Amino acid sequence: MTTTNLPPPGDLPEIAVDPAAFRHLADAQVNVELDTGDMVLNIGPQHPATHGTLRLVVRLDGERVVSADPIIGYMHRGYEKLTEFRTYPQITTLINRIDWLSSFANEVPFIEAAEHLMAIEAPPRAQYLRTILTELSRIATFLLFLGEMGLQVGAITPAFYGFRDREYVLNLIEAVTGGRFHPNFNRIGGIKDDLPWGWISECRGVMNKTLASCDEFDDLVVGNPIFQKRTRSIGIIPRELGAAYGVSGSNLRASGVDWDLRRDGPKYLVYDELDWQVWTHPDGDSFSRYWVRLQETRESARMVLQMLDQMPSGPLMAKVPRIIKVPEGEVFVNTENPLGEMGYYVISKGATGPFRTKIRSASFSNVSILPWLLRGVYVPDIVTILASLYFILGDIDR
Amino acid sequence: MADSPVATEEVPALREQAADALTRLQAELDDAIVEHAGMFGDVVVRVRRDAWRRSAQVCKDGLGCDYLSFIAGIDWMPTPAVVEEGSGDTSAPAQPKDQTYGVAGSDGRYQLLALVESTRRQSWRVILKTDLPDDDLHAESWVSLYPGADWHEREAWEMYGFVFDGHPSLRHLYLPSEFEGHPLRKDYPLLAREVKPWPGLVDVEPMPGEPADDDAPTGTETGAIEAGESA
Repeated sequence: MTTTNLPPPGDLPEIAVDPAAFRHLADAQVNVELDTGDMVLNIGPQHPATHGTLRLVVRLDGERVVSADPIIGYMHRGYEKLTEFRTYPQITTLINRIDWLSSFANEVPFIEAAEHLMAIEAPPRAQYLRTILTELSRIATFLLFLGEMGLQVGAITPAFYGFRDREYVLNLIEAVTGGRFHPNFNRIGGIKDDLPWGWISECRGVMNKTLASCDEFDDLVVGNPIFQKRTRSIGIIPRELGAAYGVSGSNLRASGVDWDLRRDGPKYLVYDELDWQVWTHPDGDSFSRYWVRLQETRESARMVLQMLDQMPSGPLMAKVPRIIKVPEGEVFVNTENPLGEMGYYVISKGATGPFRTKIRSASFSNVSILPWLLRGVYVPDIVTILASLYFILGDIDR
Repeated sequence: MADSPVATEEVPALREQAADALTRLQAELDDAIVEHAGMFGDVVVRVRRDAWRRSAQVCKDGLGCDYLSFIAGIDWMPTPAVVEEGSGDTSAPAQPKDQTYGVAGSDGRYQLLALVESTRRQSWRVILKTDLPDDDLHAESWVSLYPGADWHEREAWEMYGFVFDGHPSLRHLYLPSEFEGHPLRKDYPLLAREVKPWPGLVDVEPMPGEPADDDAPTGTETGAIEAGESA
């Protein structure tokens, strides 16, 4: 196994009580005495911290947020309506565009839902390829986050590192699927094509490179005192509240919830055949969200290395009819996507397309906690909290 | 289906945890449960409308489902025919014309659908449904139980016209505030199709080196998968 400088689980760094918290109280006192009036500040729809077009209407009292109201819908494309007018193979093209940074992972739950209804199971090699590509898209998504989070607190260097390292992974995805961002590579019953010649050794190299660059992010960002000052004890999500809001994925695990659908949900793909662990952090602040994603990037790279070693050979497609007609029924399949829980509730009436599809996307629920989370924070912290929640607008608006 | 797909794994109608959850729900809710059914291991419970919030309460406090996945609506009205079957227009799938209801049934056209999960137990989740009569699309809001229900209920209000009693502010979520109509209802047309009709199959040029074949291509086949393609 590769060596990294991970702290053992449970041995987390000490969290000192931040004296800044007391200064905040003192400031609040001053604000009461001077009676600073409310001001409405519009952040967005175009803002570098919003990954798309999210508008935040923030009422400010001095530098503090009194209330925040996210306005979404600038990218609403009506996918739930569109799915009622498209066939199953056409819909995989659409859902590639929901969370456009990890498109491959979007396809998996929908394809699995159709496969459940048709009583088809993809052959083992196809399952392995799906898992590898899902984890690769997770690594690509997280590497961008690891770099960009630094950018939001004013450090330019990590952004370049993040984009550089993500490019290696995107090249791998492109070599297999032909598309950097929208692979559309899953088929009902299996996967489109096998790996190209020499890809496995290439992938091993890139995964080792990814593990090394995770160490770089550890030194460059996590250990940086300025970064810690800007993110520690900022934007804390309590675990019960986070769950009740439907916050999922790394955001919830950063609040100490040991819950990962890859391990705890109904079995999907081949995660039960791998040796891996779920990372959590007890703090729930912006820093812990960064820390958890950094560990998960490492974990995913190790999972890919394992899968490359134990991948079975065999066919890539189960036997499926030439024209896909899905029998009548309903099914809900959810998976652990890079941004959180992604689920499809598919209702079929025996036609070539679904009768109704409810798309449960992660960012929608992750962002719905913002009005609560931003209350009382300072304006510069809005940006770090937005960045640490890590959402994709296509995943909110669908 | 014409061809017989390979059925590999027999999925139990109710997984062990779901059967357990159902027993406990039946004990707590008793006659508020109208119908229940298994769905690929999950349990779907249809409750009376006046017990909609109480069932969520039981799920949250009694069953430990602390996580709200989603709340959504369903309109069971048959999809109005966009294309005539056999006309050669394959721009949309032809859906059946009779009104049928899915798992656990329904009394009428509109249904509420929600899913709650537990973050502490494995595969522990409950799917809840309730019927809303056509002339009274009201249900109790879940916001006081699951604050995340806020946006989901706003979405259902906007897309289906369902009204949630007790919701702090039902206003538009995705669409502009002056928008009229409920786009996810089945009788609301897909406007893109109305504005610009489907142009027909346009990309049927033969591949270089292939002879042009007039009979072969139809739209349903463009997305279909060849059987045993990449064995």
